[in-house]
Amino acid sequence: MSNSETINPNTTMNNESKTSSTTKVEELQNLKGRKTVLMQGNEAVAYGALDAGCNFFAGYPITPSTEIAEILAAELPKRGGVFIQMEDELGSICAVIGASLAGAKALTATSGPGFSLMQEGIGFARSAETPCVVVDVQRVGPSTGMPTSCAQGDIQQSRWGTHGDSPAIVLYPDSVKESYELTIRAINLSEKYRTCVILLLDEVLGHMREAVRLPDLSNVRVISRVKPTVPPHWYKHYENNEKYPIPLASFGEGYRFHVTGLTHDSLGFPTNKPNEAAEMMARLKKKITYNIRDLVQIESFQMDDAKIAVFAAGITARSAKAAVVMARKEGIPAGLLRPLTIWPFPDDAVRKMLRDVDIVIVPELNQGQLIREIERLVKDRSDSKLIKIQRVDSKLIPPQDILQKIKEVI
Amino acid sequence: MKYPYEIRLSGSGGQGLILAGIILARAAVLENHHVTQTQSYGPESRGGYSYADVIISNEDIYFPEAVSFDCLLALNQESCDKYLFDLRENGILIVDTTFVKNIALVVENTYEVPFTEIAIEKLGSPIPTNIMALAFLVQVTGIVKLASLQQAIEESVKPAFIDLNLRAMKLGIDLAKNYEK
Repeated sequence: MSNSETINPNTTMNNESKTSSTTKVEELQNLKGRKTVLMQGNEAVAYGALDAGCNFFAGYPITPSTEIAEILAAELPKRGGVFIQMEDELGSICAVIGASLAGAKALTATSGPGFSLMQEGIGFARSAETPCVVVDVQRVGPSTGMPTSCAQGDIQQSRWGTHGDSPAIVLYPDSVKESYELTIRAINLSEKYRTCVILLLDEVLGHMREAVRLPDLSNVRVISRVKPTVPPHWYKHYENNEKYPIPLASFGEGYRFHVTGLTHDSLGFPTNKPNEAAEMMARLKKKITYNIRDLVQIESFQMDDAKIAVFAAGITARSAKAAVVMARKEGIPAGLLRPLTIWPFPDDAVRKMLRDVDIVIVPELNQGQLIREIERLVKDRSDSKLIKIQRVDSKLIPPQDILQKIKEVI
Repeated sequence: MKYPYEIRLSGSGGQGLILAGIILARAAVLENHHVTQTQSYGPESRGGYSYADVIISNEDIYFPEAVSFDCLLALNQESCDKYLFDLRENGILIVDTTFVKNIALVVENTYEVPFTEIAIEKLGSPIPTNIMALAFLVQVTGIVKLASLQQAIEESVKPAFIDLNLRAMKLGIDLAKNYEK
């Protein structure tokens, strides 16, 4: 993709495409000289987790995320890791948090109904500043919805699903290869910023297969938590430290700390003191606001001279990119802005887009969850140049629909 | 070959269409093509609708689902009725006449073969129908080399079933070679 640029790539990828046979698991376990294989989005997530050093998975299988659990059930025990099928998603997220407190790189995967059940645990992980990753392969909702069909209905839930005011980091790939890359990045960010990072996938992407060549493991950048170097009696589990990664002790290493969902002080014990509560809340918020440049990743495709922009994420960005390519062939100056990080929302990039182009089209598979964020950034609401394309009937938006809209409004 | 080449393999759940799609996509990967394979199916493991889309190209594929088809394989009446009208001009239609009794739109390149009947008669089971029909499709379209198809089959099915599926593949190729319109 010659015209696209990605800001802040966190993993170095080898793009040389050398194709050869087989997709056998053993081939992918090679650390070097990996071959181009046909790989599913869910498989890519599982191999990304393994390459990032994930050694604990607790989950409850649910379509369309099941393959992630299947592969990790087979692979983790071989590598000394742990796989547990839990009784439900409430237990799953709690087991993941517990494993992380004991030092594991822990991940779980689910879909909408399970994601709803995990919300309380996600809030706990954010409050207790415990690294973990939740993969949500979105399907049609509400409720159990349509298990094998595609929707982007969890975009706002991934930000606001858990109660209380807590920051979120949510990543959103649009290809099988990027599913691998962003899984590694999700685990890296969770370790670096000590929080629960969410990876959103679309059903179509989770189930889709593409030709992918995984990078040699020596080219994959993996972040692991930093251990404290202070004597145990000096250790504070929740120190206000603005250098990341913040040192993090695990249970069983001789450091004493307390973990609770209650608002807590620097040692982790519950507190009702307003100044300590304010300190904790500020720390959680600063993780995001001070590190926006590290967290936000966007792809800007054909945007340099664009007069009309499409803003889309996940699988819908694939439709949008196809539409932009078709529009360019007809001489229409269209471009695509795609967030790889949807939370924190890329406010600055969107503001620049709103300044630079005349019209912004926002296609999405929900009833207005992404466009809401752009509306927040539009200064003069009487002169909105936002055009929406929304679809919630379980089918993707075909590129032709976006192209037609581009032609209507240009 | 004109790229991107878009193929839909359609029928009902249990006919092995998604496996056929994976095998075709895998064969295309062996030939260094860009490829996407997507699918749509209901929650049932058998029955209901099911289709697999394979797009083969020589450049990046943005939208991963087939919108209109260069080739449509229909293994039952419903899928033939539903997707036939999205076949491109000069597109190739392949139907299993065991289940498809009526073709609503006569297209020039139509191949009518009772795949399931032949599978039961020659291979003793309807199960390898998918591979037979896929091999027929590959022989007719030339979209991938037969050697790649064979390798993809060997890599995709359980070792105990490789022999049966390779027999199904050969049968499908022979049917295509001897097909008389």
